[in-house]
Amino acid sequence: MKYADEFRDKEIALGLARAIRAETHPERAYRFMEFCGGHTHAISRYGLEDMLPKNVRMIHGPGCPVCVLPAGRIDMAIRLSERSEVILCVYGDLMRVPGSQGASLLKAKARGADIRMVYSTIDAVRIAEENLEREVVFFAIGFETTTPPTAVMIRLAEKKQLSNFSVFCNHVLTPPAMQNILESPDIRNIGRVEIDGFVGPAHVSTIIGTAPYEFFAEEFGKPVVISGFEPLDMMQAILMLVRQVNENRHEVENQYSRAVTRDGNLRAKEEVSDIFELRDQFEWRGLGQVPYSGLKLKRSYAKYDAEVRFGMNELRVDDNPACECGAILRGVKKPVDCKLFGTVCTPETAMGSCMVSSEGACAAHWTYGRFRDHQQRRAS
Amino acid sequence: MKAYQRKLDIKNGCVDLSHGSGGRAMAQLISGLFHEAFGNEWLARGNDQSAFDVGAGRMVMTTDGYVVSPLFFPGGNIGSLAVHGTVNDIAMAGAKPLYLSASFIIEEGFRFADLKTIAESMGEAARTAGVHIITGDTKVVERGKADGLFISTSAVGIVPDGLDLSAENARVGDHVLISGTLGDHGVAIMSKRQNLAFETEIVSDSAALNDLVAEMVEAGGAGIRLMRDPTRGGLAATLNEIAQQSRLGFHLVEEEIPVKPGVAAACELLGLDPLHVANEGKLVAIVAPDVAGAVLAAMRRHPLGRDAADIGEAVADDHHFVQMATSFGGGRIVDWLSGEQLPRIC
Repeated sequence: MKYADEFRDKEIALGLARAIRAETHPERAYRFMEFCGGHTHAISRYGLEDMLPKNVRMIHGPGCPVCVLPAGRIDMAIRLSERSEVILCVYGDLMRVPGSQGASLLKAKARGADIRMVYSTIDAVRIAEENLEREVVFFAIGFETTTPPTAVMIRLAEKKQLSNFSVFCNHVLTPPAMQNILESPDIRNIGRVEIDGFVGPAHVSTIIGTAPYEFFAEEFGKPVVISGFEPLDMMQAILMLVRQVNENRHEVENQYSRAVTRDGNLRAKEEVSDIFELRDQFEWRGLGQVPYSGLKLKRSYAKYDAEVRFGMNELRVDDNPACECGAILRGVKKPVDCKLFGTVCTPETAMGSCMVSSEGACAAHWTYGRFRDHQQRRAS
Repeated sequence: MKAYQRKLDIKNGCVDLSHGSGGRAMAQLISGLFHEAFGNEWLARGNDQSAFDVGAGRMVMTTDGYVVSPLFFPGGNIGSLAVHGTVNDIAMAGAKPLYLSASFIIEEGFRFADLKTIAESMGEAARTAGVHIITGDTKVVERGKADGLFISTSAVGIVPDGLDLSAENARVGDHVLISGTLGDHGVAIMSKRQNLAFETEIVSDSAALNDLVAEMVEAGGAGIRLMRDPTRGGLAATLNEIAQQSRLGFHLVEEEIPVKPGVAAACELLGLDPLHVANEGKLVAIVAPDVAGAVLAAMRRHPLGRDAADIGEAVADDHHFVQMATSFGGGRIVDWLSGEQLPRIC
């Protein structure tokens, strides 16, 4: 596959693995958090952990927008989908995400709710045009990468004068979540967060650029290397982080320079800031309330805001108390340290955020990495 | 006197409730459309069942249902798929498929022309595979009660002497052979789903594998432990099932697993793993090490096994994991697919 295989080359990978091995100091630990689910997926799918020295540990962060969507927001969407006039358009990944008491959009659909899986925001607008007598709501989720398409769609609906179209907005922001991982009050309960550096978001950074991480790297003294999602990108980014740690640097470096600039995509940022504004706080599954981490539609676009249009009430559902997602997302615990992992919590019956989507830390470990637990047990 | 006053208007007509009522309209549909397409001596006798002679030896029987959407896809339609899928279920026992039944549940308003095309594809697929559709049934349901057309099939076949393929037969050290590229059918179907309009040249691999199987049995005999066709859930599901049933694990080598570039690209775009995507004209064979070379060579000589590959081996593993050395140089599990195969968004 052209333009993909080049970034999956085994020989170059082995060369990078040798370089990482040569440059790491055996006596120190290198604990790096990859923020994005896309990174987690690449690590798991290509077996990157096997290629790293034992003292380089990857910690899977909260960067999968499906995983971090709290059960309450799912319940709100289910309640909305039960209105007979509503067609709810969702990305496929959301269908199985658990709400409270085992509810999900998949089950709501089976009971008769009109829920349609779409692959693009444009599909939702098309459905609205084809069903003028119904109310079409797009369940918008995602980080900074998927917010511009939602903005464009709202513009399109405005242009087409569609009066039956609105958005249930759940867009969230990356930098506040990264900050929360290092400084939230919860950390007192779970002990010290031991992270030596961050593999920074790939697609998110194409939009926001590298500049927003500069404050973060400075303030918390942690290196950030923006990395692409291909496995060679990851290997190179890890090597760059190792070098920063060795040299006591904490800068923002850009491995993904073929797509990311310092300022990002100005046009996309402008579209987003025209239509959306910050919420005071937004709940993340596994992290709890994170200040200034979510977006909502501005008042001037209220007619496209499903929460206003349908008077949707905020629903809150507590995470399962035994769930260790908060500690796992901060790298303090591993999936196998959670009592629920692999017992009551599996990809088929996900309870915590890390198991919800295949990009979550627990799901990735369950699906791709479980065999290592037994290897380690045998070895010890 | 003519049996029917008017010929079926295949070009413009469509199925209505009278075609399932047991009256003259139904008889006309069956004789004018299905018998025509399936053409054989058993159907011509017009009984509610068909009698056939049974040879010596063990028989196998299978049943299957087809609800594919869309009904027509690149490389086939629900009719050819129904024959291929049913024949393959028989063939995976190493058996020679003989006779099929087919039951049609048709939504009123379904166009005769489409039904004719589908029936003719079934007839053609059956002739190519050397099997006969010898009994059937037709029901018509109201609009909205079925998505166009559903087909249910059954089949019987005969197992060669000395062969007993079964999912618990795999042993440590056995080789894993696959007959060709993975994921073609699933991607061909997905490319035609209405809400997923992307252009692809990928054609379904839908095909009857009984002839290929006969060649393999000839080459490997009882050294072939078992065969499966990796349909829904793909190769990953098939090998996990076998691992559970044979109480062992598998080690695969990703570089050996053939996937067409177009399929790989589509999977990349949709966030799918080709190992989870359905096939309808491929088989997995678990084969004793001493015959693996001969069976693989026999597969590659057959047009449906040209791209056959030896992709790994069975290993002792109490956890029954299917593991894979990735082409990147690491290792990972090849797990069952969780839930419906849905693309990732980022």
